[in-house]
Amino acid sequence: MSVITVNEAITQALAEEMRRDPAVLMFGEGVATKRANLVAEFGAARVRNTPLAEGIIAGTAAGAAASGLRPIVDLLFAPFLCFAMDEIVNSAGKLRYLSGGQFKFPMVVLAMTGAGWTVGAQHNHNLEAWFVHSPGLKVVMPSSAADFKGLLKAAIRDDNPVLFFMDLALGYQAGEVPEGEHVVPLGRAATLREGRDVTLVSYAKTALHCAAAADALAPQGISAEVLDLRSLKPLDEAAILASARKTGRVLVVHEASRLCGVGAEVAALVAEHAFGSLKATVRRLTGPDVPAPSSWPLEQAFVPQAEAIAATAHALVAEGEYA
Amino acid sequence: MQHVQHDPSPLALLETMMQIRAYEEAVAGIAAGGNSPGTCTSVGQEAAAVGVVRALAREDRILTNHRSAGHLIARGADPGRLVAEVLGKRTGYCKGKSGSLHISAAELGVVLTSTIVGGELSLAPGVALARTMTPGDEGIVATFFGDGAACEGVFHESLNLAVVWKLPILYVCENNEWQAFVRRRDTMPMAHVCDWAASHGLVAETVDGNDVEAVHAAATRLVARIRETGEPAFLETLTYRTRGHFEPDDQAYVDPAELAAWRARDPIELLANRLRAAGRLGDGRLAQIRARVQAAIDEAVAFANASPYPELSELVADVYA
Ligand SMILES: Cc1ncc(C[n+]2csc(CCOP(=O)(O)OP(=O)(O)O)c2C)c(N)n1
Repeated sequence: MSVITVNEAITQALAEEMRRDPAVLMFGEGVATKRANLVAEFGAARVRNTPLAEGIIAGTAAGAAASGLRPIVDLLFAPFLCFAMDEIVNSAGKLRYLSGGQFKFPMVVLAMTGAGWTVGAQHNHNLEAWFVHSPGLKVVMPSSAADFKGLLKAAIRDDNPVLFFMDLALGYQAGEVPEGEHVVPLGRAATLREGRDVTLVSYAKTALHCAAAADALAPQGISAEVLDLRSLKPLDEAAILASARKTGRVLVVHEASRLCGVGAEVAALVAEHAFGSLKATVRRLTGPDVPAPSSWPLEQAFVPQAEAIAATAHALVAEGEYA
Repeated sequence: MQHVQHDPSPLALLETMMQIRAYEEAVAGIAAGGNSPGTCTSVGQEAAAVGVVRALAREDRILTNHRSAGHLIARGADPGRLVAEVLGKRTGYCKGKSGSLHISAAELGVVLTSTIVGGELSLAPGVALARTMTPGDEGIVATFFGDGAACEGVFHESLNLAVVWKLPILYVCENNEWQAFVRRRDTMPMAHVCDWAASHGLVAETVDGNDVEAVHAAATRLVARIRETGEPAFLETLTYRTRGHFEPDDQAYVDPAELAAWRARDPIELLANRLRAAGRLGDGRLAQIRARVQAAIDEAVAFANASPYPELSELVADVYA
């Protein structure tokens, strides 16, 4: 084990996968400038700067993926994905199916998302649910350095288009990362804390807020289980249901807004398949349906914080007791 | 890629144009009967498809748009599997999941028919990039699109990237004067897309898109240049869509005199008359070819009609690899 930051974990994953497979290449705006180590090791053909044109970057990745390469494209800030929706959703996501399985699209789209840098709404938007709703795509959103490395390696090896979201606040977060080959399969949630009384389901930075909330609840006699989804699609439904059945109380937490968000899916899943085990209503704690503000206190208020999570979990447990 | 055809003789070009015409008229007829989804034909534009596709080599790849039947047939696609695809049958090129608007055929090097206008332009650089980066994978990419696509941002993004990354792409703009139900001249200030392309720094030519021999000569020249330099080139074919946008279409919005003038320049008639005048084609021979072409299309339709629909389990297959 070594302790490295999320950014270092990403760099390691990229270099290791490019070393392992000559079909892996990377391009985007400033990629070759900011990842000089990759250019030095793998050459200018495999690490490329592009024009400021997200549509053609994503489309070129889809075309390259259909033709035997394994491109990774960095589209920088998630809101810029709006320029590449057609290529990602209509081409990369649909053409395997439309072609009757003749082509596959092994590509990874990287984008930064989430609050923490006060960059404001045109650089900060958690729009992962858009892609979860698009057939043919996979969506990954990790919270720890180890998962960033292991999931990015799995995403690069996957034969489908994967949207890989990097929460802006996590880049300098350090954590233990196993040495050597460390691949985390897509579609499996991680249990960050074991608990009996309530399940906190989350992903990305709010998974860490949930872990902090669980720590705060423990001395109050509430044992909270924390599930970090890591992959939003495929979604680890079995893990969610197992935990819901075990604790009987579920609180879903994410920074993206509530309506039709991932939390809605988790709540519906639990209601459909684990209703009989529930001791209380399924609750959601999410960002508001507003563009992300820049001002630091407003930006922090936008994100569900540990105190609010703990308070809501407390209320849930109380509701369950008096029901 | 056994089916890819190479014979560039004028008679072969003529016969292929006739195959495309017969195929599209058959499919339009089926659509008119209400027995299939509508389709976008390329009637009047066959010369561009045949002239360009026959200038390509076996290993070259093709990306095209919603008017793709001509490109597919010129490439040697089996009309039976094409009709089957249009009808949503299991024997279609895409197992019935495409319909007429998204047919791809990996075995023919046809990577994409995009019905998102401009989708072919956005994927083409990636397909070409893969060719340049995969050892032993030579060949170029030809992408077909309309003047409507050329008015989109992705046209400029695609050409710009192809020039700066030196990608071996032949861009073929079929300028047919229409963008669905909008006249080209209502949406762009100039007559030729070629001028836009040239300003991106590509070699760019405009050719009479109804003269299949002229198209073939220009495409052959540009393809040779792309192979030699590895750099992209651009060809604009000036032509006209003489059937409607999407079948069925009564064309009530079209100026009848304009339509008549273009029909008088029908690419099939143009070549047939030229060959007749040169003493290379007699009426008997022409009738013979016509009969052969029609028989093949009749057989294709019969094959498609007799083909089974996909199993319902196919509904959820092939989403993920
Ligand atoms: C992105 C997008 N916008 C609109 C349409 C609807 N549409 C289908 S074909 C077409 C016209 C395209 O014109 P052009 O590119 O000139 O090709 P042509 O049909 O003339 O061959 C339009 C607007 C579409 N399919 N995709």
